[in-house]
Amino acid sequence: MNSIQKNRLKDQLFKFWGIACTLFALILLVVFIGDILIDGIQRIDWDFITDLPSRKAEKSGIYTALMGSIWILLLTTIIAFPVGVAAGVYLEEYSKKNRLSALLEINISNLAGVPSIIYGLLGLEVFVRIMGLGASVLAGALTLSLLILPIIIVATRESVKAIPQSLRDASYALGASKWQTIWNQILPASGGGILTGVILALSRAVGETAPLIVVGALAYVPFAPASPMDEFSVLPIQIFNWISRPQHGFVENAAAAIIILLLITFVMNGIAVYFRNKWQKKLK
Amino acid sequence: MAKEIKVTMEKAIEKNINISSAIAEDENHAARIDAKDIKVWYEDFMAIKGITMKIKPNTVTAFIGPSGCGKSTFLRLFNRMNDYVDGFKMEGKIKLQGNNIYGKKVLVEELRKEIGMVFQKPNPFPKSIFENVAYGLKIQGIKDKKFINARVEKALKQADLWDEVKDNLKKSALALSGGQQQRLCIARTLAVEPSIILMDEPTSALDPISTAKIEDLIFELKEKYTIIIVTHNMQQASRISDYTAFFYLGELIEYDKTKTIFTKPSKKQTENYITGRFG
Repeated sequence: MNSIQKNRLKDQLFKFWGIACTLFALILLVVFIGDILIDGIQRIDWDFITDLPSRKAEKSGIYTALMGSIWILLLTTIIAFPVGVAAGVYLEEYSKKNRLSALLEINISNLAGVPSIIYGLLGLEVFVRIMGLGASVLAGALTLSLLILPIIIVATRESVKAIPQSLRDASYALGASKWQTIWNQILPASGGGILTGVILALSRAVGETAPLIVVGALAYVPFAPASPMDEFSVLPIQIFNWISRPQHGFVENAAAAIIILLLITFVMNGIAVYFRNKWQKKLK
Repeated sequence: MAKEIKVTMEKAIEKNINISSAIAEDENHAARIDAKDIKVWYEDFMAIKGITMKIKPNTVTAFIGPSGCGKSTFLRLFNRMNDYVDGFKMEGKIKLQGNNIYGKKVLVEELRKEIGMVFQKPNPFPKSIFENVAYGLKIQGIKDKKFINARVEKALKQADLWDEVKDNLKKSALALSGGQQQRLCIARTLAVEPSIILMDEPTSALDPISTAKIEDLIFELKEKYTIIIVTHNMQQASRISDYTAFFYLGELIEYDKTKTIFTKPSKKQTENYITGRFG
């Protein structure tokens, strides 16, 4: 066997190893989703979504948890989106490239890797206790905003960085100010990437459990929140609560709730992919 | 090393003053742009080593010289496009009709309305043809639709693009050909009604036919505008410009009427460059 043949063989070997690895992850996901579907799909109906939680498994629904999740999602979006995008745009367009900005950059990337429970502890101390918000939806949303801010900032920076300098030059050369250039050219051109990042970050937030438990989200709330100051539960906590019960009915409920949660996540990711493709086409 | 640079600098200054005064005597026109003893650094790198030069109104001035010799940097000083470059530092004065454009009270946005720029690669906005040309007006806060429409039409006609695009002004500018895109960029610049247009190798990314169109355009625009063009193309410089400035390693080696530069240059370096012996 000469060296070309050897290299070919190595090439083939690596290719099959790669296929095997990809399939492994994919098969696990399919098995997991299949298992959940078998357990929970027959439990899902309109009542399951609109019923309040109950001691009896067959009467329990996810209404309060779903509403809690939607509240959290909306508030987190309102808080994290403008802050994250503004910070990202500032870092990319305004701040001078020096040691301080390099330090900031590293630390923001580090923040994205901090375990979510730490954010929960921070939220508990700052929002729940010092700011006196209590175990409210607002405290939860603020905590999750902190958690996903680094992701939004990094996504914004990456999208803004990808805008060719020639576009900025064109705008500046016509007498546009920095803000006009950002508003009229940079944000529209990088919007797809930013939105994708924000949606992916939010779909992570909607699945978070640990920080919300720490902040004081309850496993059982009798009513859906009506204001940002109300106490709340969210889907992952509801799922966690049901799974830890001994009765088989609750296991079914948990599986059904997982399907709903996965559905929300998949839909959000789908929207993100849609935006990305649409924007890419527009720029070409 | 430092001493060496200083000596070169002094020589350069001396030389440039001689050159510009020779030209000043030659023509009665008042200088449109008057740059005096300009030095530019990027971090520690000295990109412009003391250049003094005057640009006359309603002329085409070509900047020639090998890559990396400071032509583009010098050109971009006139509309302050280097301001955002990290590590940019400048010394010297550039006067536009007597006013220092780097003065503290100068609004960069106002300056750039007066001095437009066309870039090397056509860089239309990812918007419609109409939006591209109207952009400069809209950012000035002009809302009068009739006025904007009239200006857009006028600018597109001036840039010789109107007949090709008048029926699909709403079409994306990115769907135009490279040559059309560059003429659109010129139209976009003209819509703001500047008095000076800077062009940084505007035809280097275009085919010969599109290049010829742009050159014709420059020739027409000369009546109303002062044009400064950076080019790597010797024939282009000799075809379209009235004055030519030869830059080398951050210095202005020779600046004279284009005819003189191309027929009897006074410096050996210039002669070597335009005859293709180096650069």
